[in-house]
Amino acid sequence: MKRKILSMALMSTALVASSAYAQDATLTIESWRNDDLSLWQDKIIPAFEAEHPGIKVVFSPSAPAEYNAVLNSKLEAGSAGDLITCRPFDASLALYEGGHLTDLSDLDAMGNFSDVAKSAWQTDDGSASFCVPMASVIHGFIYNKDAFNELGIEVPTTEAEFFAALDKIKEDGTYIPMAMGTNDQWEAATMGYNNIGPNYWKGEEGRQALIKGEQKLTDPQWVAPYATLAKWADYLGDGYEAQTYPDSQNLFTLGRAAIYPAGSWEIAGFNTQADFEMGAFKPPVQNAGDTCYISDHTDIGIGLNAASENQEAARTFLAWVASPEFASIFGNAVPGFFPLSNTPVELEDPLAKEIVGWRDECESTIRSTYQILSRGTPNLENETWGASVAAIKGAETPEALGQQLQDGLASWYAPHQ
Amino acid sequence: MQTRRIRWHIAVFLAPAVLVYTAVMIFPLFNTLRLALFTEVDQTRIYVGLQNFRTLFFDPIWSEQFWNALGNNFWFFLIHMLVQNPIGIALAALLSHPRLRFAALYRSAIFIPTILSFVIVGFAWKLILSPLWGIAPSMLDAVGLKSLFAPWLGKEEYALTTLALVSVWQFVGIPMMLIYAALLSIPEEILEAGEIDGITGASAFWKIKLPLIIPSIGIISILTFVGNFNAFDLIYVSQGALAGPDFSTDILGTFMYRTFFGFQLQLGDPHMGSAIAGAMFAIILVGVCIYLFGIQTRMRRYQL
Repeated sequence: MKRKILSMALMSTALVASSAYAQDATLTIESWRNDDLSLWQDKIIPAFEAEHPGIKVVFSPSAPAEYNAVLNSKLEAGSAGDLITCRPFDASLALYEGGHLTDLSDLDAMGNFSDVAKSAWQTDDGSASFCVPMASVIHGFIYNKDAFNELGIEVPTTEAEFFAALDKIKEDGTYIPMAMGTNDQWEAATMGYNNIGPNYWKGEEGRQALIKGEQKLTDPQWVAPYATLAKWADYLGDGYEAQTYPDSQNLFTLGRAAIYPAGSWEIAGFNTQADFEMGAFKPPVQNAGDTCYISDHTDIGIGLNAASENQEAARTFLAWVASPEFASIFGNAVPGFFPLSNTPVELEDPLAKEIVGWRDECESTIRSTYQILSRGTPNLENETWGASVAAIKGAETPEALGQQLQDGLASWYAPHQ
Repeated sequence: MQTRRIRWHIAVFLAPAVLVYTAVMIFPLFNTLRLALFTEVDQTRIYVGLQNFRTLFFDPIWSEQFWNALGNNFWFFLIHMLVQNPIGIALAALLSHPRLRFAALYRSAIFIPTILSFVIVGFAWKLILSPLWGIAPSMLDAVGLKSLFAPWLGKEEYALTTLALVSVWQFVGIPMMLIYAALLSIPEEILEAGEIDGITGASAFWKIKLPLIIPSIGIISILTFVGNFNAFDLIYVSQGALAGPDFSTDILGTFMYRTFFGFQLQLGDPHMGSAIAGAMFAIILVGVCIYLFGIQTRMRRYQL
């Protein structure tokens, strides 16, 4: 690894030196995705350089946990790369407000993305977009196809069918109906509340209304998901209170559990671990035929360093990142991280294909707590973790939880006061 | 006239330790306390006096968490005092028995967990107690007590006590070693004199040995107090920074960490974090002072 970094460093200096000669531009990309290093070097960058002979690209990642700190100090010192991989929401917004990222609203290719896709990298009023959306993760349920066939269960589409299926699995007793624990807390909120919730609060409609203060967390559409979560407790394994996230993953991939409330980022790992066939179904709706909503959460974007000397070349690269060609390379290389552009991408992985197909059938939204609402103290996202766990355990009524979250939010967020 | 010679060598010999200690302990300590008096508004640091402490103690959002963490911390300390130290003393008394065989083996075996990393201890116990793969449920099952098993680390009412007992398991070697050393230093003549007067066996322990090791027990208590109120690692490793379930294992250390460095979408607030660190410092300082001036000075000592 160390040698790789060293050789990368040498390579980049060599490239800088030669570019001064040939009047070419060399773009350096800052990123936390060091897992994707070979993907960028072997697939993405050669594909781009073949089309744009004058521009050279160097991918220079740092460790995920250090990325924000490293990036900030590099930006302050003026030594950061030309292109910056963007974390969603406030971390990148702070960079834009600090003058480190360029407004990309005028980039033609931004038209390839929906408003939801762009929302993670916009100012609060949506007037400026500062990163090109790269990928999102989608929530839903992954299930064990063999188990469903064995027990003769149809894939559920409504909530009634969902709970009927769980009942049937429980009755049979061979499988744990659903693999999830509450020990680490975040699964309950991320794979629980924000997974099934959009069907209740009607996705973007409810999320935007909550941000504007038109809806409250005590409204039925925000409380009802907690009531549904409370019913999950019966179907989680024995001792789910102390079950951790890796425990749940292992339970499912070992074939001991039938359903796994999931995020699409699991696909790559599950494909290597599980030796049974897997399928996926989207969060069940309340009545057959209802519009379905999915959490299609924006996760990675890429922006332009305002201090970069290669603005033109960088814009060319960003326009290419926004193109279907990039989307298809990226989407197939990391199944489960879905390209965000409007042009549909043909994915090869069957599970990823199934999940990304939901975009055509359902309305997309992002996790309700991520934009704006988690800026204050108490932090709404963290509070939601605790509330989701309390709902599953039955420690408090859904109404009390809604009230508690609303009080916390109203204590610092003006539109709710 | 004779001038008093300045004894430079004292300063020279003290200097390295004083300088290092000042740089790595005293300066950061006071700088942290100073940081607690500021807050950040629009990316500039402004002086606010004791406002952060007022928020910490009187704003319901903060004070509820603070008192919860403090209460949990006292419970954590109480378990150590009631379980760790008596067991440590009992083990030391057994080990110092002259006719005990394999004493060295027991001593090492009991002391080894102390030198293990928190990460290993936390992870190992999480696996042992896991309702899915752990050996605790099957061991209880083997003796027909399966019904007693619960996912302890996941239940609000048991999680903190369970973690305190794991910590006791890890650190029981320290009081054991200190008391063991104190017991070995009791001269044989005193015990023999007692024997002549008819004090043997258990009564020799209660009437002769215990009064002589009281100062060591005092030192152990204060070490336990300081250690417990600075504790953080074990809770963080096994329950994460949110100290679940529902903050039932949240102690001052995890509360401070979460506030200072931030967590998930919550951004770090070094100023409030320093205020919590200041409160922790004050609590430990008061505790140590009570011991030093209230208890240690009144303790009876025996010249051996």
